[in-house]
Amino acid sequence: MRSLLAANAELVITIVKIVLLLFIVLTVNAYLTWFERKVVAHIQSRWGPHRVGPHGLLQPLADGMKFLFKEDPTPAGADKFVYYLAPLLALTLALTSIAIIPFGPEPIRLFGRDIYLGIAPPDLNIGILALFAITALGVYGVALAGWSSNSKYSLLGGLRSSAQMISYELSLTMSVVGVLLMAGSFNLRDIINAQARHPERGFFGWNVWPQILGFFCFFVAAIAETNRAPFDLPEAEQELVAGFNTEYASFKFAMFFIAEYTSMITVSCLCSIMFFGGWLSPFPASWTLTHYLPSVVLIPFGLWVIMDGVRYETIFGRMVLPVVGAAITALGALFVVVPSLNEFIQAPFWLLSKIFLFLFVYVWMRGTLPRFRYDQLMAFGWKLLLPVSIVNVILTSFVILMWGAK
Amino acid sequence: MTAPLVVFFVLAALAVIGAVSLILQKHPIHSALSLIVVMVAIAGLYLLMGAEFVAAVQIIVYGGAIMVLFVFVIMLLNAGVEEHTNLSKMAGAPGLLLVLALAGFVAATVAKSGASVQATSQTGALSSTKGISEMVFKDFVYPFELTSFLILVAILGATVLAQREKS
Amino acid sequence: MVPTNYYVILSAILFGLGVFAFIFKRNIITIFMSIELMLNAVNLAFVAFSQAFGKLDGQVFVLFVIVVAAAEAAVGLGIIILIARNRQTLNVERVDLLKL
Repeated sequence: MRSLLAANAELVITIVKIVLLLFIVLTVNAYLTWFERKVVAHIQSRWGPHRVGPHGLLQPLADGMKFLFKEDPTPAGADKFVYYLAPLLALTLALTSIAIIPFGPEPIRLFGRDIYLGIAPPDLNIGILALFAITALGVYGVALAGWSSNSKYSLLGGLRSSAQMISYELSLTMSVVGVLLMAGSFNLRDIINAQARHPERGFFGWNVWPQILGFFCFFVAAIAETNRAPFDLPEAEQELVAGFNTEYASFKFAMFFIAEYTSMITVSCLCSIMFFGGWLSPFPASWTLTHYLPSVVLIPFGLWVIMDGVRYETIFGRMVLPVVGAAITALGALFVVVPSLNEFIQAPFWLLSKIFLFLFVYVWMRGTLPRFRYDQLMAFGWKLLLPVSIVNVILTSFVILMWGAK
Repeated sequence: MTAPLVVFFVLAALAVIGAVSLILQKHPIHSALSLIVVMVAIAGLYLLMGAEFVAAVQIIVYGGAIMVLFVFVIMLLNAGVEEHTNLSKMAGAPGLLLVLALAGFVAATVAKSGASVQATSQTGALSSTKGISEMVFKDFVYPFELTSFLILVAILGATVLAQREKS
Repeated sequence: MVPTNYYVILSAILFGLGVFAFIFKRNIITIFMSIELMLNAVNLAFVAFSQAFGKLDGQVFVLFVIVVAAAEAAVGLGIIILIARNRQTLNVERVDLLKL
C-alpha cells in the first residue's frame, strides 16, 4: 500500500488538494449566502437572518437541509436527460474554474515534495485562457436549463440569459488583454510576479493603475457574466418568474445557486489576481512592520467576538461565540509568536482579504443598484463596453510599443 | 500501457461515441450535445499533443460560440424529433458498409506506412502560444487580415439574413 | 508517446462518421453539425502532423480553419432560419424544389 502511494504520489497529492479545496469552496459558498443576506438586509435597514444560531450563522445549514428535503418535481413533457444535465453541467464547470487559481507563491515542503498552493501545476502556460474556456462553456448550463423545462418563461429566461452571457464574454476577454500584454504571459503566477517588479511601489505598482479602463470593463462584464445584480433580469424573482430556473426545485436549484456563487468567487479571485496584485502586500516591501497586519486584524476581531458573545441573547450563542472568538484570537497570537508561520501566511492573507473585498462589493451592488432592462443591458454590452475594452487594448499596445512594459 | 496511451484511448473512445451518438439521436438538441462532447474530447487530444493554445481556442470558439449558436437556433426554431421516412432505410446498410470500407482503407494505409512518420519529441523550446503568435503575425499576417475581413462579411451577412421583411 | 498513426486513424474514423451523418440525416441542422464534425476531424489530423514534424504550421492552419468554420456557421444558420421561416419545415427532403 505504501509503495503504491509513493509511486503515484503526485496523483494522491492532487486528489487530496482537490478534496480539500472542494470542501473549502463549498463552505465558503454557504457562508457567502449568509453574508449576502446579512449585508443586503443591513443596507435595507433590517436584520437579515438572526434567529437560526448566533447571528444567523447556522442559516446556511438550515437552507441546505431545506434543499435536501424539499419535493423535487420534474415538469411534464420535459426532456429528462437535458433537464438533469443542465444544473450538473453548471455546477461542474463553476467548480472546475477554481482549480486554475493559485493561492500562494511558495510551495510547502511536505514529505520531501514541493506542494504548490493551487491545483493546477505552476507552469500552466494557458492559465487564464483555460478559465475563459470554462466560462465559455458555462453558457450551456443556462441555455439548456431554460429549454428543457418545457415552459415559456423558462425558455425566454434561458435565451435572454445566455444571450447576455455571450455578449459580455467578448468584453470580458478583451478587457484582460491589456493585463496580458503587460505581463507577457497567460500564466496567473507570472501576472502576479509582473506586478511585483517594483516592490517599493506597493499599492501603486499594481495593474489597476495603468489598466483602470480594463479593470472597470472586466468587473462590469464579469458581473453580467455571472448574472448578478444589476444584470440579473433573466433570473430575478419579480421579473420572468425566476427565469430559467423556474421549474427547478430543491437540489437542482441549489446546484444552480452554488454555481452562481462559485463563479462570483472565481471572478473575485481573478480581479484580485490580475488587477490588484494577488498575494502582494499593498505596502512597500521595506515596511516590514506591516507583516504583523494579519495578527493586528485577527486579535481585536477575536476579542470583539468574545465580548459580543458573552452578552448574546440565547444560551447557545453565549456558549459558542466566545469559543469562536477565542479561537480567532489564539490564531492571531500564533502568528505573532511563530515568525516562519507569519511569513507563510502573508500571501494567502492578502489574497483572501482582496477576494473578500470584491465579494463585499458584489453584494453591495446587489443591495444598492436597480436592475437593467434587457434592451438597455444588451445595448450597454455591445455599444459601450465592447468599444471601451477595444480602445483599452489599442491604448495599452500603443503605450507598450512606445515605452516598453513599465 | 503508458499513461498517455490510456488517456488517448479514453478520449478517442469519447470522441467516437459522441460522433456515433450524433448519428443515432433523433432530436437535434441531443445531436448538438453529442457534438459538444466530441469537441471537448478533441480539445483534450490537442492538450495531450502539447498544443495547449489550440485546445483553448477550440473550446472557446468551437465549443463556446459556434455550438452555442447551433443550440440557440435549435431552440428558436423549436426543432422537433426527426420524421421517419422510408427512403433512407434502403441505402442505409450499404452506405454504412461503404463508409466503414472508406475509413478502414484509410486506416489500413496509414497503419502500414507507420514507419515513415514517427512522433518527434515536444515542439522545441518555443512554447505553443508564443510560437503560434510569432507565426501568425509574421509569416501569416496576410491570411490573418483576410480572416478578419471574412468575419466582418459573415457578421454583415448574418445581420442581413436575419432581418424580417419590411411588408 | 502516442504514435501519430493513431491520431490519423481516429481522424479518418471521425471523418467517415461525419460523411455518414451528412448523407443520411434529414434535419438541416444535423447535416450542418456533421460538417463541423468533418472539420474537427481534419483539424485533428493537422495538429497530429504538426506535432510529428515539430513545426507549428499545422496549429496555425487549425486556427484559420476554426475561424472559417465560425464564419460559415454564422451565415449558414442564418440561411437555415430563413428556410425554416419560408417552408415551415426543417426536413431537407421537403426543400428540394426551387418553387414552393
